[in-house]
Amino acid sequence: MNSVSLRNKKEKRFQMYGMTAVIVAISFLGILLFNIFSTGISAFKQTYVAVNLNIPLDINKSEINPRAELNKSFLKMFPEIQSRTERRAALSLLSKGARYEFEELLDENEGKSIEGYHWFLASADLDMYIKGTVKRQGDTAGRIDENQMKFVDQLESKNLIELQSNKYLLSSADSREPEMAGIRGAIIGSLYSILIAFLVSFPLAVMAAVYLEKIASKNRFSDLIETNINNLAAVPSIVFGLLGLAIFLNFFELPRSAPLVGGLTLALMTLPTIVIAARAAIKSVPPSIEEAAIGMGASKVQTIFGFTLPLAMPGILTGTIIGIAQAIGETAPLLMIGMVAFVVDVPGGPMDASTALPVQIYLWADSPERAFTERTSAAIMVLLTFLILLNLTAIYLRKKLEKKW
Amino acid sequence: MTEFLLILIIALAVYGFVLNKSKANALSEVNIMHSQPHYHGLYSAFMTLVPAIILLISWSFIVNIITNITLKEFFSDVTDSGLVRFYTDGVIAYVEGSSDRIIDHVGFLPAVEHYQSLQYNNKILQFIVVLTLTLMFFRYSLKFVEVQFKARDYIEKVVVFVMRASAIFAIFVTIGIVMSLLFETLRFFDSVNVFDFLFGLHWSPQMAIRADQVGSSGSFGAVPVFTGTLLIAFIAMAVAAPIGMFSAIYLSQYASDKVRNYAKPIIEILAGIPTVVYGFFAVITVAPFFRDMGAFLSFTNMSSESALIAGSVLGIMIIPFVASLTDDALTAVPRSLKEGSLAMGATLSETTKQVIIPASFHGIVGSFLLAFSRAIGETMIVVMAAGFAANLTFNPFDSVSTVTVQIVGLLTGDQEFDSPKTLSAFALAFVLFFITLVLNVISLTIVKRYREQYE
Repeated sequence: MNSVSLRNKKEKRFQMYGMTAVIVAISFLGILLFNIFSTGISAFKQTYVAVNLNIPLDINKSEINPRAELNKSFLKMFPEIQSRTERRAALSLLSKGARYEFEELLDENEGKSIEGYHWFLASADLDMYIKGTVKRQGDTAGRIDENQMKFVDQLESKNLIELQSNKYLLSSADSREPEMAGIRGAIIGSLYSILIAFLVSFPLAVMAAVYLEKIASKNRFSDLIETNINNLAAVPSIVFGLLGLAIFLNFFELPRSAPLVGGLTLALMTLPTIVIAARAAIKSVPPSIEEAAIGMGASKVQTIFGFTLPLAMPGILTGTIIGIAQAIGETAPLLMIGMVAFVVDVPGGPMDASTALPVQIYLWADSPERAFTERTSAAIMVLLTFLILLNLTAIYLRKKLEKKW
Repeated sequence: MTEFLLILIIALAVYGFVLNKSKANALSEVNIMHSQPHYHGLYSAFMTLVPAIILLISWSFIVNIITNITLKEFFSDVTDSGLVRFYTDGVIAYVEGSSDRIIDHVGFLPAVEHYQSLQYNNKILQFIVVLTLTLMFFRYSLKFVEVQFKARDYIEKVVVFVMRASAIFAIFVTIGIVMSLLFETLRFFDSVNVFDFLFGLHWSPQMAIRADQVGSSGSFGAVPVFTGTLLIAFIAMAVAAPIGMFSAIYLSQYASDKVRNYAKPIIEILAGIPTVVYGFFAVITVAPFFRDMGAFLSFTNMSSESALIAGSVLGIMIIPFVASLTDDALTAVPRSLKEGSLAMGATLSETTKQVIIPASFHGIVGSFLLAFSRAIGETMIVVMAAGFAANLTFNPFDSVSTVTVQIVGLLTGDQEFDSPKTLSAFALAFVLFFITLVLNVISLTIVKRYREQYE
């Protein structure tokens, strides 16, 4: 301890600990993001199988049974098929959604003949094999058995299997079939919730902040409100979910699973965050400006709306965006008010049953179907992109608009 | 009809605004007025809108209550209150056209008729009453455009009132939380003893469906849930406290400004990532990693939902809370203390350990408490990574459950209302709310007191 070199060594070691801690923390973030990215990126591609169609001009297309016709065309490509099991094995390579694509194709080519190879959605099992998520062991791979593998090999040798961009992921809602499942419904649900949360919490929070900073005289009552808001900011989010359940669902009898209720619950949750940020922003407006306004004969309310609020707005908006970003990623309160239902329709309004993006992530992560794993990661990537955009906006606002007095 | 009424009222308010403003404008050309013209306009608009909207809201509220009471009369022979509500909802849905289901009950069709006539009369009455009243207020508001009239003062009074109401709203949120949790908790304690809940050692809330089923009574001893919560929170702190504290020390004492400016926001990103993402990360990455580690060390009795997995991922999430709050505490120590120590020949690490940390000790404790309270209240990570079975154990390799996991498990999916199983979730939430509140108050007080010490 007394020797200087020993003390210097200790100094070096201490600094090392600190640096290691920083590096560990940052590498956790790196590992997390890398993991999500590497599992999720494949979900933006989707396996398609080509089917040789031959539908002549003279057939009335409305009389075609799309499923039977598609299956017939697909099976024609394998003339050697004899047994029922083989037929079923071959057909199971196509997704249940392929018939809808076929119907669309028929609609597009009304009055024309359809010939040649057209691409149709493959089943999730085949998709996972093509992407290498499940490894081939002999003649099986994951849920693809020997019977199916025969046809897969044939198709592959003729280049009739291809990875194309996944149009379902961003354009459709949830589905039982992983290959057809998308997050559009969840995104719209999230947007409705967030919009309502913003519309409710922003004016309330700004008004409350103005009151606490500029109007209330310092007394017990304003102290009470202040401690109250600080404590609300630390209440676990799930408790807000229970509040939403008790007040909005049980007392006001609003519909379960509706983005309206989700938005109101999230509004209560983000309220304290925005109030605290807005107060800080209002506090940073120099009193000289307000005093000048009052000196010119403006009333207190005129000063607030004419000078204080416009000048504090960049700070308030930054805080609001951060609060909204928090609310977008919040899951637990939405579980409490029933936004966890399996919803196959894109919600048309804030009263329709819906999920939200983080809840969709939770539902998919919970699904035993392995094909949902990559889609979960992809949904997370979309969610994180939203959050990054929001935070960049906040940083931009802070940098560009905030004045240094 | 209600929409038409609303549009009418809004149109009236706009008309009042324009009318009063132009009148005041004309006056202001020859006089010096107390209020600017647009305040006169706003005065009329407020006078038209505010009473109308208050009336409309309270009207629909009262009508709702009347409808509910009168509709229930038709199903007075049904004893189950849930079923009655289902029937009355069915009647309303049928009349409003959102469902065409006819419920098989003698009271249904008369109830539908009653509701239809009630709706019809209500709408006509509402239209007449609200519109007459609004028109009266509108007429009244037009009279006041005078030089001396203090329109601005009235408007500002309303604005200040709205501001005060918004601030008080926060108190109502807290009251709402306490009330909604407290009522259900008290109902839960009707069927389960308070002491059995707080000190019982066995937690299995599954109630039997038939009364005579073996092991029919669920048991609600919450101690295993509390210990599980504490175990996971302590594991999280064991991860977050050293990493968070050492990063804060490094960034505040050693790092150059450039490193600090980049590293600090990057670490704070960890707090901005949604917790559901951490939960997924725990399931697909951390759990297999620990399983492989366990296999590698030939350690076989590790649960795939062990407390260690949930705890360590939770720990990663709260690193930034510890780091940024500790950083605040460290940087708040006056420079003179630090420089004094350095001038006496102490190295930076000695200064940190013997001067800066003791001087900011309160702040560091406060930051730990806040992070701990976060860890206790965190939901999604534990829901996805920890188990639902509440085992009474302190072994980090076992599967344990937490308060939040139980709440989610009990309140999602099929639930029967008023059963102790559902109500127990509220009791757990009440405990959770109370504990996080106490932790938060303590840590805020500590941090505040310590901050004042140096100001």
